[in-house]
Amino acid sequence: MYDKPKYDKPLPMPDLETQPFWGGAKAGKLLLPKCLDCGQYHFFPRALCPYCRSENWTWVAASGDGVIHSYTIAHRGAGPAFKDDAPYAVAIIELAEGPKMMSNIITDDLGRIAVDGAVRVAFDPVTEDITLPKFTLV
Amino acid sequence: MPQNRACIVGIVDTPLENGRVPGGATVMQIQARAARDALADAGLEWKDVDGLLVAGSWGLPRPGGMSALAMAEYLNLQPRYLDNTNAGGPSFEMHVGHAAMALAAGACDVALILYGSDQRSGGGRSLGGRPNWFDLQFETPWGMPAPVGAYALAARRHMHEFGTTAEQLAEVAVAARQWARLNPDAMMREPMSVADVLASPMIAGPLHLFDCCLVTDGGGAIVMTTAERARDLAKRPIAIRGFGECATHLSIPEMPELARLTCAERSGAEAYRKAGLGPGDIDVVEIYDSFSITVLLSLEALGFCAPGEAGSFVAGQRTAPGGDFPMNTNGGGLSYAHPGMYGIFLLIEAVRQLCGECGERQVAHAELALVHGTGGTLSSGATVILSRE
Repeated sequence: MYDKPKYDKPLPMPDLETQPFWGGAKAGKLLLPKCLDCGQYHFFPRALCPYCRSENWTWVAASGDGVIHSYTIAHRGAGPAFKDDAPYAVAIIELAEGPKMMSNIITDDLGRIAVDGAVRVAFDPVTEDITLPKFTLV
Repeated sequence: MPQNRACIVGIVDTPLENGRVPGGATVMQIQARAARDALADAGLEWKDVDGLLVAGSWGLPRPGGMSALAMAEYLNLQPRYLDNTNAGGPSFEMHVGHAAMALAAGACDVALILYGSDQRSGGGRSLGGRPNWFDLQFETPWGMPAPVGAYALAARRHMHEFGTTAEQLAEVAVAARQWARLNPDAMMREPMSVADVLASPMIAGPLHLFDCCLVTDGGGAIVMTTAERARDLAKRPIAIRGFGECATHLSIPEMPELARLTCAERSGAEAYRKAGLGPGDIDVVEIYDSFSITVLLSLEALGFCAPGEAGSFVAGQRTAPGGDFPMNTNGGGLSYAHPGMYGIFLLIEAVRQLCGECGERQVAHAELALVHGTGGTLSSGATVILSRE
């Protein structure tokens, strides 16, 4: 094993209702809650489907495909831990299944990023426990 | 005209030097002094106060979580009406609405709204440091500079949908600066052009440094009572004609539409309905300008222009002194001051305009004012319509 530099950025704090998502990411799957009553996907996970308020929903693996709904290039990082990464792209991804989620666009050329551009999930294992879903341009 | 219509009868904002409270002060000290001075402005006494509304954003472990309780203790008050509502920047517009309802219901007779912040002196502001729990665990790990990144996401989407330009965004900041140049209390008074805004460092593209509000200390207080009681007081009473509030989300991916400020549409419609007025009736407008894009989205949502048209609406310095749409007449959060939550200063400036206290920046024939606050990451909104009683 090579020594990896210590990851010093903020990590998510999984809890009872978000642990399945983070567990899925660690296994290379983008899991979304899908309501078994109204059929709609949602994100972030919550006790009741935000559309029909049913508790009858289940985790389903998403395709990992999406489009960039909007993006910003962070020229100032989000605090000291991100300082050396700037400039970097933060985006809201509209997933093929419907829900939107925040993520990063990983690219060598920030200039290629555009609203409505197609993206696909790529998993970044930042620590032993936490894998962050990020997106690459298609 | 109802006898129990609520009025603002006292206001004060804490004097600053270069964005700081001179000599330094805690948030409690700032609020206590502002309260004392606002009561003096109203011609009321401490014993008259029986309603206390305190948003706080001091953050645990300081007593931000029970802000009205903490201030009641600090001021040795035993209020019979308490309100801790904190929805970010528009908390104070919400407080005015809540106090108006409490006064109308007889739940209190004199309401005191307070705010204090030491965020510049305390060095508490960073683009990071957001929580990693609740739904923010799906935001913070990816390093969105907060809150500016969220507003940048909305700005980019507005540009995409409507062709809004960086120049049009910059017009908002330049107009604010033009007003600040007429306000001796404003922090930023140097001349500034659209080119200066575009040449300022990019913070979160497409937003430049001068598209972003200042980081200052600050404090303020507002005293409210019924119209009946207001008649005998020291200051010209300013009536609350209408108010409305709404919240839509906490984390920006949950915003119903990125380029459309739904919460302001709802709070504005409610305020207009209560007042029996529309956007065409308003003489002076104070709109929360955390970022230039906040103003464009608010103008559209409040019906001052059609959806997508705010960029062209503000072009040509229309909102600057001498323009036909006087807005953010103290210089706004972009050039006057911005202590974390700016909403109380929108109200204070509107009252000053309606009382004719604004000197060089006074808007002629200012009889009806609209105030709109936005908070969080375009998360919450509250609208207040004011007039001379």
